[in-house]
Amino acid sequence: MIKKSPVSTVYHRAVPFWRDVRVIRILSQIAFAVLVAVVAGLLYSNMKHGLETRGLGGSFDFLRLEAGFAIGEGITYDPSDSYARAFVVGVVNTLRVTIVGIILTTILGVVMGVARLSTNWLINKIAAVYVELIRNTPLLVQLYVWFFAIILKFPRVKESIALPGSIFISNRGAVLPWPVTTASFNLWLYYLIAALVVAVALWIVRARGQRRTGRPAFSLLWIGVIFVALGTLGWFVTPGTPFILDRPSLQGWNYQGGITLTPEFVAMLLGLVVYTGAFIAEVVRAGIQAVPRGQIEAARAVGLNEMQTLRLVIFPQALRVIVPPLTSQYLNLAKNSSLAIAIGFPDLFNVAGTIFNQTGQAVQVIALIMVSYLSMSLFTSLLMNLYNRRVQLVER
Amino acid sequence: MATISEAVRPPRTSIGMFGWLRENLFSTWYNALLTFGSLGLIYVALRGLLTWALTKARWDVVTTNLWLFMVGPFPRDQIWRVAACGFMVLLLGGLSWVFWGPPGRSRTRARRWVVAGWLLSFPMTLFLLRGLGGNSILPPVGTNLWGGLLLTFLLSIVGIVASFPLGVLLALGRRSSLPVVRWFSTLYIELIRGVPLVTVLFMAAIMLPLFLPEGVRVDKVLRAMVGFTLFTAAYIAENVRGGLAAVPLGQYEAAKAMGLSGVQVMGLIVLPQALRAVIPPIVGQFITLFKDTSLVLTIGLLDLLSIAKSVVAQPQFMGLTREVYLFVAVIYFIFSYAMSYASQRLEVALGVGER
Repeated sequence: MIKKSPVSTVYHRAVPFWRDVRVIRILSQIAFAVLVAVVAGLLYSNMKHGLETRGLGGSFDFLRLEAGFAIGEGITYDPSDSYARAFVVGVVNTLRVTIVGIILTTILGVVMGVARLSTNWLINKIAAVYVELIRNTPLLVQLYVWFFAIILKFPRVKESIALPGSIFISNRGAVLPWPVTTASFNLWLYYLIAALVVAVALWIVRARGQRRTGRPAFSLLWIGVIFVALGTLGWFVTPGTPFILDRPSLQGWNYQGGITLTPEFVAMLLGLVVYTGAFIAEVVRAGIQAVPRGQIEAARAVGLNEMQTLRLVIFPQALRVIVPPLTSQYLNLAKNSSLAIAIGFPDLFNVAGTIFNQTGQAVQVIALIMVSYLSMSLFTSLLMNLYNRRVQLVER
Repeated sequence: MATISEAVRPPRTSIGMFGWLRENLFSTWYNALLTFGSLGLIYVALRGLLTWALTKARWDVVTTNLWLFMVGPFPRDQIWRVAACGFMVLLLGGLSWVFWGPPGRSRTRARRWVVAGWLLSFPMTLFLLRGLGGNSILPPVGTNLWGGLLLTFLLSIVGIVASFPLGVLLALGRRSSLPVVRWFSTLYIELIRGVPLVTVLFMAAIMLPLFLPEGVRVDKVLRAMVGFTLFTAAYIAENVRGGLAAVPLGQYEAAKAMGLSGVQVMGLIVLPQALRAVIPPIVGQFITLFKDTSLVLTIGLLDLLSIAKSVVAQPQFMGLTREVYLFVAVIYFIFSYAMSYASQRLEVALGVGER
């Protein structure tokens, strides 16, 4: 007689609910959510109690009060303006240093990344030393060196260093000539827009021609030539001159005219650009090295010259690898601009810190700071992701 | 007799120093131009720097304040405690090198002792530095007197040790199949990565006392450590997640097929492979953390850079910013470079990306 296997009876018994995977999943999630909620609630009640004992509310009304502190630079602002206005000044200063910094650091990073791959031994080693030195010291120390040890050690205004092109450098910053628009500037602007429209139209026509006939049309070269030619023509047609170059000159104790870059701004910009540039150089190097050697050899074999190989074969493929880490370097630069507080550049974190010291509204101030940085980060990633999608489209 | 399969080396195209120069510095006319241009730049820069460093610079500001740079305002008669901690770490490091380094017979027991030593060294260090109230051998030294390179090291080591497990947990959470856990981890990681470290430190310094019940006072140094841990954990989580994604799916399936439970699959099969793959980026993260400890200057701790700032303000050394900040930069460079060099060696030793 065949014994009945005990297994078969087990198979038909229903799984108890505490061993049912579906139930366990739901229960464990509920437990996790409850745990998080309890901890958050505990922290919140503590915070509420703490704020009440300190006599602080939770509203943002204090932003309308008079700020009463001066800000060294930025858009027009007076100490009698509100805290909100002061904060906006800080945000604009952060954006200023971030945007200029991103442009300059990209140039420096690409140059150094290419130099790192140069066949010239000396250039190669200079780039390597730059990258290693910069990457292995803290940004804050570099900012201190730039600001305290270099910029503040420049000669006083009276003995400032004059560079060609009416540029003056002293321990109060750099003074550069700056264009000042005149009454006829608007008219010239219309000419420029018209020139742009004509140039783009021509570009489209030539690009189509190239696609039809296959003969190179130098379309981008043409658009540039047409735009510059029409713009120059407009300059002469416009009555008067659209803008004049305002050259700075020493009057009394300080320079008048031109544009003044404060020592804090220059130090911040130099620090961020040089620091991030070293990281971007490594990103660019990795990107170029990721292009298979066969691609370069194939490009040579079809008769492209060195420049064409770089422009048409290496860069488009390297860009795919470069763009995502480049985005995170841009984000790092934006976040690192918060170190401005250490050298007194009035960026958003610095101004917010002053607001906190005066009002004591810790929670709201920190919320403002976080929202500002998060939206900046999100916006940058959004832009770079759009660009990335364009670059990545090439991929099969 | 030479066979055909025996490779014949190609003829040498360049000979000696001149060949090397020609090939590497003067291969084309623009390379020659670049070489001369950069030689000129190097000459000007090096001459300026060396003239200043050897004749004008007042290095006595560094030698006079050397102890201040190393341990900050830590009482001078108690420095032996710092030295003892240093020796302990050196001893353990040496033992680890001996027992793990060269291959040989099994040293399981010795290794177990060394691991125990490492685990014990941490509370021992804190105990030695803090001291006890009411005795004369180890009088208490408050954390407000910890400073200089000592504080920089303590902050980075605590940050590294504490953020690693938290980071691994967050990474697992972000890859979890439970939506609530996944959302929470993702939200945390993205929130922290979206804001600068100074904001997190500022929050730890200002908000932490608010979050805690009344009467609970948290030490300032501890607050900074909490800030660093919370911040670095988010970045480590992303690194570890990359490593987890690199483990082939077959590994999970094979482990499950062998009847391992979920925890066993993670702990015995997946995590060991994932962590080995992410050692280089995690070491990179630790170097970043070491450099970032300089930011505690903004919340008023006396780390190496803050000490430098106070030295520059000393009346007899007023304004010697170049000497002091250069010295600080060199110290940071030495340690960061040593770490990245060690990481490269480790990468080769582990054969990351080769197996």
